[in-house]
Amino acid sequence: MTSSLPQEGPAPVWPMYRALVGVGLLCGLLIVSVFEITRPVIAHNRAVALQQAIFEVLPEASSSQAFRPVDNGGFAAADVGEAGEGLYAGYDDDGALVGFALEAQGMGYQDTIRVLYGYSPERHAIVGLRVLESKETPGLGDKIEVEPHFQANFERLDAALAADGSTLAHAIEVVSQGTKTSPWQIDGITGATISSKAVGAMLGENAERWIPEIQRHLSDFRDAVPAAATGGGE
Amino acid sequence: MADPREEFVKGLWRENPVFVQVLGMCPVLAVSNTARNALAMGLATLFVLVMSNTVVSLLRRFVPKQVRIATYILIIATFVTVVDYVIQAVSLDLHKALGAFISLIVVNCLILGRAEAFASKNPPGRAVLDGLGMGLGFTFALFCLGAVREVLGSGTFFGLQLFHDGFQPWVVIVLPSGGFFTLAGWLLLFNAMEKRKRARVAAEATS
Repeated sequence: MTSSLPQEGPAPVWPMYRALVGVGLLCGLLIVSVFEITRPVIAHNRAVALQQAIFEVLPEASSSQAFRPVDNGGFAAADVGEAGEGLYAGYDDDGALVGFALEAQGMGYQDTIRVLYGYSPERHAIVGLRVLESKETPGLGDKIEVEPHFQANFERLDAALAADGSTLAHAIEVVSQGTKTSPWQIDGITGATISSKAVGAMLGENAERWIPEIQRHLSDFRDAVPAAATGGGE
Repeated sequence: MADPREEFVKGLWRENPVFVQVLGMCPVLAVSNTARNALAMGLATLFVLVMSNTVVSLLRRFVPKQVRIATYILIIATFVTVVDYVIQAVSLDLHKALGAFISLIVVNCLILGRAEAFASKNPPGRAVLDGLGMGLGFTFALFCLGAVREVLGSGTFFGLQLFHDGFQPWVVIVLPSGGFFTLAGWLLLFNAMEKRKRARVAAEATS
């Protein structure tokens, strides 16, 4: 500023403070207001996206309820917000249990991949899979989200328990494209080998952890029909 | 002073931020793999550019020159954060696709460049026009790249299937290297056009 030019010595400090603190305060205020305004909308969007994914992997379900494991074994209903385990039970219109949606995650080629898969306790099989989050290479690794023959693996992927009920009878494995022979094998994708293997590995690990528990405590879920139906899919 | 309309028009073509000034290459190469992503990134940048130009211009007498860069970055970062929340509120899918690149708008040298070179020396009206022009020019350039890369690399346009099943997409075009190839193609085209125009003007002047 020309008015400050005649003074010798260092530049006046007060205008700098004024500018930085003033602008900082205004910016902080703006960010906080926008955050407060958009927060409910964003939370709603996330809930809707999750709900949609649950209904996609469990098409027969019309409502869902989050569950968490309890200390003495078994499961109890949880609020959607508090459930850190990503375990949801789906119910049909009559309140009958139709299956489970489980969240699994693992390292892909670029970053963590998160998927949601459906499990039907009656069919002893994984009945659907949807990728929730992935940063796989566009055109190669991201085929795990769209490739029809890969998605077809999860229409009915065998996840039966071994005789003693503590583990899966056959570990889920990913095989090279076109060489699937058994119902517990996943037909991989040429050109997305690492990504498709990652999906298989996270499914296997997650199923091994939860499915024996779920089968042992099925009644916990049958008794806990959601109090308020969360509404049907659109 | 130049005609105010000129402040708007110059960014669209003659001083296009991507094809002429070659600024902000990080988002240009990274998120232009589909037409939709490119358009969204362009519009987000346009918004941040207009807002930061306006505020920088309004505060131009209030901010001492010693702390101007810090202040500009603060203002730009604020609007980027705002855009980030708004995009999450509008569409989570879009936010997923743009990923880390939204926060990179902060360091897009186009925005800081316009704040420093133009907005800090001009009244708000002109600064807004400049921001609009530059932002639209940036969006247009990003869209040019995104459209070409999506059509060649995925065989789709805004997600619509364009070709028969027999079409084998050029996967390399949607990968980062494809961004360089496509940008080079467009720069070639723009420079060739510019050269022809200059030759024509020169020929008219001599005849």
